[in-house]
Amino acid sequence: MLTLPATATAVMASGDDSWHVPGLEEFFPEPFLFQGSPFEINRIVMVRLIAVVLLVVVFGLYARRAKLVPGRAQSGVEYLMEFVRKQIGQEIIGEEKADRYMPLLATLFFGVLFMNLTGVIPGLQIAATSVIGMPLVYALVAYVGFIAAGVREQGVGHFLRNQLMPKGMPKVLYILMIPIEFLSNFIIRPATLTIRLLANMVAGHLILVLCFVGTNFLYTGMSGVLGITLGSVTLVAGIAFVAFEIFVGALQAYIFALLTSIYISLSIEEH
Amino acid sequence: MIGNIATIGYGLATIGPGIGIGLLAAGTQEATARQPEIKSFLRVNMLIATAFVEALGLIGFVAGLVFGA
Repeated sequence: MLTLPATATAVMASGDDSWHVPGLEEFFPEPFLFQGSPFEINRIVMVRLIAVVLLVVVFGLYARRAKLVPGRAQSGVEYLMEFVRKQIGQEIIGEEKADRYMPLLATLFFGVLFMNLTGVIPGLQIAATSVIGMPLVYALVAYVGFIAAGVREQGVGHFLRNQLMPKGMPKVLYILMIPIEFLSNFIIRPATLTIRLLANMVAGHLILVLCFVGTNFLYTGMSGVLGITLGSVTLVAGIAFVAFEIFVGALQAYIFALLTSIYISLSIEEH
Repeated sequence: MIGNIATIGYGLATIGPGIGIGLLAAGTQEATARQPEIKSFLRVNMLIATAFVEALGLIGFVAGLVFGA
C-alpha cells in the first residue's frame, strides 16, 4: 500500500465507498502555509522544495567529497554525468563544443529527473513538474540557453538570418517563410517543451490515481468475487504503472535535455 | 447508459500518434537489423522523432482537460 496516491488515502479515510473520478483538482491542493500571501505553499510546492534540497545535497556532497577512486554512490552520479556529456552533449553538439553547454544540459537533465521522480516516491507521490509552473521555468531556461548560444556564436543578425531565412529559395517565398520559421523556432519550441513534460506527468499521475482509487472502490464498494477479481487486476496494473512512471520520468528528463541540445546545435551551426 | 460522446475524443487523438510511433519503431528495427553498427545513432533519432509525434497525442490529452470542463 506504499504506492497509494494521496487522494486514494483521502477517499479511504473518509470511508466513502462511492465512485470518485480523479480530475484536475488533484493538482491544486489547498495551501497549508502562508495562506493568502504570494508565497503560499501547497503540497506540490513542498514537493518541489524537497526535490531541490535533495538535488543540492546530492551534488553538494558529490562535489565536496569527490575522490579520485570513486565509491559506489559517486560512481553512480559520475555515470549519469558521463551519460549527459556523451549521449546528450557530444552526440548532438559535437565533441569540441559540447563541454561549453554541459552546465546547462546537466542542470536541465538532473532538475527534470529529480522533479519527475518525486511522482513515484512514497509519501511525496506527485511529480513536482505536474503543474505548469515548473515545466515552464525549465523551458524558459532552455529557450534563453539556445538563443544565447546562437547569438554568442554568430552575432544577432547572422543568427536571426540563419534561423528565419533558409537558404536556397526564391526571395518572394520569404514573405511566407519568415513567419513560419519564426513561429516554429521561437514559439512552438518552448511551448512543446513545456507541454510535453507537463502532459506526461499529469497523465501519469492521473493513471496512478485512477488505478488505486479504482482498486479501493472495487475492494470495498463492490462485494463478492467479481469486485475482488477486478480490484486485483487494477492493483497489479497500478503497480505496473508505477514502474512505467519511473521509466517515463527518466525518459522525459532525457528527451528534455536532448531537445535542448538539438536546439543549441541548430542555433550554433553555420549554414 | 449515460455519458458524453466527447469522451471518445482522446481515443481518436491517439490514433495518429499511435500509428506514427509504430512506424518509427518498425523503421528503426529494420534499419538496425540492416546496419547494427549505427544502432545508437538510430535510437537517438527515433527518440527525437517520437518526442515530436507524441506531442500531438499529448495536445489531444491537454485539450480534453482544458475544453472539457
